[in-house]
Amino acid sequence: MTTPPATAAGHIDIRDVSVRFVQNGRPFDAVSSVSLDVKPGEFVSIVGPSGCGKSTLLNIVAGFLRADAGRVTVDGQGISGPGADRGVVFQQYSLFPWLTVRQNVEFGLKMKGVGRMLREARARTLLGLAGLLSFENHYPDQLSGGMKQRVGIVRALATSPQVMLMDEPFGALDAQTRVVMQEILTNMWQQLKLSVLFITHDIEEAIFLSDKVYVMTARPGRIKAEIPIPLPRPRTPDMLSSPAFLSLHRQLRALIREESLAAMGGELKEGGLAGHDWHMGEQSVGAVL
Amino acid sequence: MANAMRIAALDETAPPSGEVDTPPAAAPVATTLAAGGATHAPVVPVMPRPSGMTQPAGATTAARWGAALRRGLPGLLLGALSIGLLIGFWHLATTHRWVFYIRFTNVPGPVEVFTEAVHLFGDRGFGSHILLSLRRILLGFAVATVLGVTLGLVIGRYKAMRSLLFPAMEVLRPIPAIAWVPISIMLWPTTETSIVFITFIGAFFPILLNTVHGVQSMDAVLVRAARCLGASEFALMTQVVLRGAMPHIFTGLAVGMGVAWVSLIAAEMISGQYGVGYFTWEAYSLIEYANIVVGMVVIGVLGLACSGAIRLLGRVLMPWQSGHGKEN
Ligand SMILES: Nc1ncnc2c1ncn2[C@@H]1O[C@H](COP(=O)(O)OP(=O)(O)O)[C@@H](O)[C@H]1O
Ligand SMILES: [Mg+2]
Repeated sequence: MTTPPATAAGHIDIRDVSVRFVQNGRPFDAVSSVSLDVKPGEFVSIVGPSGCGKSTLLNIVAGFLRADAGRVTVDGQGISGPGADRGVVFQQYSLFPWLTVRQNVEFGLKMKGVGRMLREARARTLLGLAGLLSFENHYPDQLSGGMKQRVGIVRALATSPQVMLMDEPFGALDAQTRVVMQEILTNMWQQLKLSVLFITHDIEEAIFLSDKVYVMTARPGRIKAEIPIPLPRPRTPDMLSSPAFLSLHRQLRALIREESLAAMGGELKEGGLAGHDWHMGEQSVGAVL
Repeated sequence: MANAMRIAALDETAPPSGEVDTPPAAAPVATTLAAGGATHAPVVPVMPRPSGMTQPAGATTAARWGAALRRGLPGLLLGALSIGLLIGFWHLATTHRWVFYIRFTNVPGPVEVFTEAVHLFGDRGFGSHILLSLRRILLGFAVATVLGVTLGLVIGRYKAMRSLLFPAMEVLRPIPAIAWVPISIMLWPTTETSIVFITFIGAFFPILLNTVHGVQSMDAVLVRAARCLGASEFALMTQVVLRGAMPHIFTGLAVGMGVAWVSLIAAEMISGQYGVGYFTWEAYSLIEYANIVVGMVVIGVLGLACSGAIRLLGRVLMPWQSGHGKEN
């Protein structure tokens, strides 16, 4: 076990991790010897076809699942279960409907035993940062999807975790809201100096937000490529059309397309195209896309 | 991912079910435990979901009352008409002593019942019948609530507990509360405790089942979120699972209250000393026919008041459900 450096905390280290599941009575590898790391303060995304094990990987870091092989550490510590040292934002809205916005944000602090006054002050500060202060006394049902997700982020940040784990947090939002949310997220990330592990299937989103993007292969999930994103910070929406951005976009799109085809081809084969040869299947899928 | 099962889970709860973010619709688990199947309909509305409203209703109180009155007025008139027709029919049937298969010969009329009621309410004896019945209901119902909700939370959340306790519950559940009367008299040292026990039995199962259902239909992501925020198992139970199951628990309480009254009245009629059920039955034995109807009406009003109290409590304890339910 390595001792973490005193100043920089929030180092996620995933080494040779494999996970097996049983589905319809048959065991299969959902994730197969994956290694990746998120350095302190880094924003790292994982992209890959659906079902490749992205959520599985994140759930291991969050403490919901145990790896069957390999080792996962955060600042040198193994993971024994979920905890407030790792903030998690889910794709589904996960605010407690019975608590107001501010009470939701205070929840983690309350669990820690932080007193009422301090809790309230911290919650209001964070809600202010996210532009949600005027909604502090609303119930989640009264908010739009984008606002709910913003509250979800603020709630995860309230206990000052060094690490944020986000599983397609903007997946359910419309395109405009998404862009705004991305900007809010980068702002908060820069101010709070967190490490973020971010899952998305949106290539543009991955490039816009990240310092580094991992591409995963279709089942079983492995790391196919590690792409550094050398774009300067702060990032602005007009970068989306810069040549550097577009070339990264092309590169990533090609990598993911290969894997999506493999994933769909695999399904087609399983789905009863057994008599056909493999190339037929792949070509017909390619034509559709 | 049909039939999916995971090997290496640390978590008790099911894996997140993908994209779905709407909580499962709440369906009350009604039980017919009462003799004669007279279960009260579940009255607590569950999870109204207003569409993306961002401002709480801003109208002034007076204006809102006015609007509500205008909207409610035709309903009120029709309601009064409906009750008027019922009493009118009753009056005609009894004054003319109608006999057409059913016989109104001995049935007291509304005027007679009303004068008798006025007379009775001046009498301290009748008040003590009412108080005693209320005491029995409150005791039995309180114990049923505490036990039903606690057991329901445990059974709903822990699979092992479910396997251990649920079969026993399933065997006992179909037995109507009234069928417990003889055994209850043998089990408990006094008639009073055995009547309270019958009331408890009536309320217990609807409360238990609805609580279990509430826990199980809760969105699993909420439990995960709470654990990520550092909630201990105890905090999870009291501050997340209990709160999340609350709408269903209140459905159970409303149904349970109805069944408790049915059970209480039957128990009082069979084994009773005192209480409105006993009063009503005794009135029949003593040929004080007007008192039968007074007893019936009082029972109805008390039942209604108790259900109303539960609904009110539900609204107070679940402000997130009602505060914004009706937009203008
Ligand atoms: N609890 C589980 N039991 C069995 N199989 C599972 C379980 N969770 C996920 N899987 C399967 O593992 C694979 C990876 O899932 P997941 O990590 O959710 O993919 P992604 O997030 O990349 O879309 C999928 O094929 C999924 O069906
Ligand atoms: Mg996923």
